[in-house]
Amino acid sequence: MPPAAPRSGEAIFSSVERVNAELFTLTYGAIVRQLLTDLEEVEEVNKQLDQMGYNIGIRLIDEFLAKSNVSRCADFKETAEMIAKIGFKMFLGVSASVVNWDADGSCCSIVLEDNPLVDFVELPDTCQGLFYCNILSGVIRGALEMVAMKTEVTWIRDMLRGDDAYELQVKLLKQIPEEYPYKDDE
Amino acid sequence: MVGAGKIKQNANVLDKPLGKGKQEVSLSAFAFLFSELVQYNQTQVDHISELETRLEDAGYAVGARVLDLLCHREKGNRRETRLLGILSFVHSTVWKVLFGKVADSLEKGTEHEDEYMISEKELLVNKFISIPKDMGTFHCGAFVSGIVRGVLDNAGFPAVVTAHFVPVEGQQRPRTTILIKFAEEVLQREARLG
Repeated sequence: MPPAAPRSGEAIFSSVERVNAELFTLTYGAIVRQLLTDLEEVEEVNKQLDQMGYNIGIRLIDEFLAKSNVSRCADFKETAEMIAKIGFKMFLGVSASVVNWDADGSCCSIVLEDNPLVDFVELPDTCQGLFYCNILSGVIRGALEMVAMKTEVTWIRDMLRGDDAYELQVKLLKQIPEEYPYKDDE
Repeated sequence: MVGAGKIKQNANVLDKPLGKGKQEVSLSAFAFLFSELVQYNQTQVDHISELETRLEDAGYAVGARVLDLLCHREKGNRRETRLLGILSFVHSTVWKVLFGKVADSLEKGTEHEDEYMISEKELLVNKFISIPKDMGTFHCGAFVSGIVRGVLDNAGFPAVVTAHFVPVEGQQRPRTTILIKFAEEVLQREARLG
């Protein structure tokens, strides 16, 4: 039997339980504010947000794989498409597109058309170095690491910083070969 | 890079239109985020009570914003000034927007004049949480009680708000009761207004 085709992001999103996006947005805002108070340095906040995202990513990938029917991706191009078309849709209900591939297909940008994290947000002058949505880049990095891809994810454009879109650059550093003994049955 | 001549988008959050608030994200996205909030705060405290305080503070910040948002959007810029009005605003409007349903019940305490209770069979934030034995009475509802306190306090009804588990006979999971104890001044004002 051939493997089932991946389900569309919309189909998954409409079948899972959902919550009001404002609760999500405001809760995220509360987290960022807490971090700013605790850590004081904007750089440290960026780091902590990335770490939290990473923690989420390594758990979120399980749900992603379980619900999406996505099997092993043929190449990094397919991986990026899956993140943009299915991942963002099924968790955040938003669409994203993949652009700006480099020549050897190991680096691309994911552009968010809509970003539920930033409603009601305005960066004050004291926080200009803050990557407010840094949790998202952590999530992608963590999730990809669990499917044996080491990546580097950086913000290229951020509307909170005055750009015209949200753009995340995802760069494939290396594929981690699976090592013997395989850990499948642990 | 941002060019010199480029117009800064959405420079002012107040210039943006206020959404209708019908957008949704998946419950797991919220659950993941909330669990990170709890775990991060766990690293910042020595005692369970501090953890609850920190979660409550986070909730308070959400509540303060929810009050502004909902008064503007749902109530034509009017805010409740009477005790029962604000309580039913929390129980109905706030709950409905944040959790998608009206809270299960709103009751007045029988023993004390200044106590009210909002009860919920299964609080959203507890859905994926199990409390380890060594954490005793810890309750993630502290985040929600913080939201309630944030709404009440900013509306001019200072109160102490706490979350408790109440066992229900014949059911495995206890329900959650948010206990609201209003400050004395609130009751005095209420009595004066008649």
